[in-house]
Amino acid sequence: MLELSHVHKVYRVGAFGGGRLRAVRDVSLTVEPGEVVSLIGESGSGKSTIGKMVLGLFRPSAGRITFEGTDITTIRGHAARKEYYRRVQGVFQDPFSCFNPIFKADRVFEMVRSSYFPRTSDAVWKDKVLDALATVRLDPGNVLGKYPHQLSGGQLQRLLIARALLLDIKLLVADEIISMLDASTRIDVLNLLADLKERGLGILFVTHDLSLGNYVSDKSVILRKGAIAEMGPTARVFDNPLHPYSRHLLSCVPQLHRTWAEVDAELEANPPEDVTLPTADDGESAPLIEAEENHFVGIDQG
Amino acid sequence: MTLRVNDLKVYYQTLRGDVHALDGVTFDLADGEIMGLAGESGCGKTTLGKSLIRLDSRMRHVGGTIELDGKDVPIADDNAMVPLRYHEISLIPQYAMSALNPTRKIGRMVDELLRARGVRPADVADELRRRLELVGLDPDVLNRFPIELSGGMKQRVVMVISTLLDPSLLIADEVTSALDVSTQRAVAESMVEFRDRGYVKSMIFVTHDISLVYQMADTIMVMYAGHVVEKAPAGTVINEPRHPYTQMLIGALPEVGTTTVQGRLEGIPGTPPGLLDPPTGCRFKDRCPMAFSKCSEQPPLVEIEPGHWAACWKTG
Repeated sequence: MLELSHVHKVYRVGAFGGGRLRAVRDVSLTVEPGEVVSLIGESGSGKSTIGKMVLGLFRPSAGRITFEGTDITTIRGHAARKEYYRRVQGVFQDPFSCFNPIFKADRVFEMVRSSYFPRTSDAVWKDKVLDALATVRLDPGNVLGKYPHQLSGGQLQRLLIARALLLDIKLLVADEIISMLDASTRIDVLNLLADLKERGLGILFVTHDLSLGNYVSDKSVILRKGAIAEMGPTARVFDNPLHPYSRHLLSCVPQLHRTWAEVDAELEANPPEDVTLPTADDGESAPLIEAEENHFVGIDQG
Repeated sequence: MTLRVNDLKVYYQTLRGDVHALDGVTFDLADGEIMGLAGESGCGKTTLGKSLIRLDSRMRHVGGTIELDGKDVPIADDNAMVPLRYHEISLIPQYAMSALNPTRKIGRMVDELLRARGVRPADVADELRRRLELVGLDPDVLNRFPIELSGGMKQRVVMVISTLLDPSLLIADEVTSALDVSTQRAVAESMVEFRDRGYVKSMIFVTHDISLVYQMADTIMVMYAGHVVEKAPAGTVINEPRHPYTQMLIGALPEVGTTTVQGRLEGIPGTPPGLLDPPTGCRFKDRCPMAFSKCSEQPPLVEIEPGHWAACWKTG
């Protein structure tokens, strides 16, 4: 459904834009309907840049991003872009700053209605809103007619997902949507993503937290300095990490029932086999090697 | 016993009345103990950390006492606290990365800070360099501006500065929350190292990330809506929590290796109560599946086994 093929993004940096920073380097991946793909990486790995390019907020410097067969950079004009956003929507990290504090929180629904469904009658629209709220498991009585400061972060975040569901979306870009939520409500939003997946939605789930990436996703992509370090089915990537960087990252994740010392001792006792990593001499391309079926490793960046 | 906090009450003054952010908090912290302080946002964990060093203008000390190394800590008297700050009690603030003065080179900033506390910078200069090396920084960072350092480096610089005078108590407020996992581990491990070397006698590590606290703390204290709900050795809180809130909180954490295929985890329904007009009795009773009639009275924090404290009628 969504396909990125050899996508690059180069930013101009420095006082006069003289410097170049390759934020995304030769990334190719796909998202199918009903599939959750986690983009996992530390800060500066390019994970949010990929999300923003898919949403059309940035243009890739090279490569193609296609959605249902159309190259999204060829979408021009207001009407065509609007059609694209009818099918692809994003939800971002900070739910508190997505709402205008002067207006009631459900105004976000009205905004969708006025730009996409101006001819829908009040009754039909109300049913649609209630339906979307039921999907995100919010009680309409608790959230409709309230101001943003009266709602919790988890409720606001779910309102934003409900807003996206009012449109006929096929792909949701979820950029760090739970990092600002409390532990007790985090899991509800994650479970909601799993529900949406069962309804056939494709989700690009951007996160820095490996345990959250693991919980919902079918496919994991670990990024490092803009390039893919490892990509494959989530269970394989987490059970048998092949790239040295993924192994290092996994050994640093604080776990609930094992201490770092235990994890290190275990690694020491059974040192993993090394795999041959692909090399790239030009500093631009980032080839992948298929080490197992559907399980790829990327270049070694030291 | 390094620190003894007894029935501490600190309220925030607002136009609509007092917010009961800390409502009777009691705990002890032993020498050499690293205590992880965990809870959801708004549970009072940051307020507790701040109360031990400086009340800001909106905070009011309503009751309770704090004792450090056998001496009373006069938190309500701002001037009397001055000699204690930095020398005895030190804090790494929540956004330590922005705690450095952007207009000063780090070395100069440290000198100014030390002079303000009545310490001659030359007396501790060698120690400062040694400790910077210990956390893996080149002492050359003293000649640089904060903007030249990465987030993890700034965090470690702040950590070294805060502990330079060997305080008895260090309060670390969400120090690793803004860092990447690998930097997070390095910072957490250097904090343990500082305790092991005796640079700080004991530490309160405030965080919302229970799995991180489990990696480094000796004990964990869980707070909910201004009350302490449970305090116990780290392993006990994770593996055998007794308070229903702690049990549900730990049950809601996904781990590496947990997937929706193996069964879904559940969150805690509802939201924490507002503290402007807190409910009577147990503050968790509205979200608690085990609540019964007695929960309308406030459960006391009792020691259910040595070193394991919980505040729930069902565990007592």
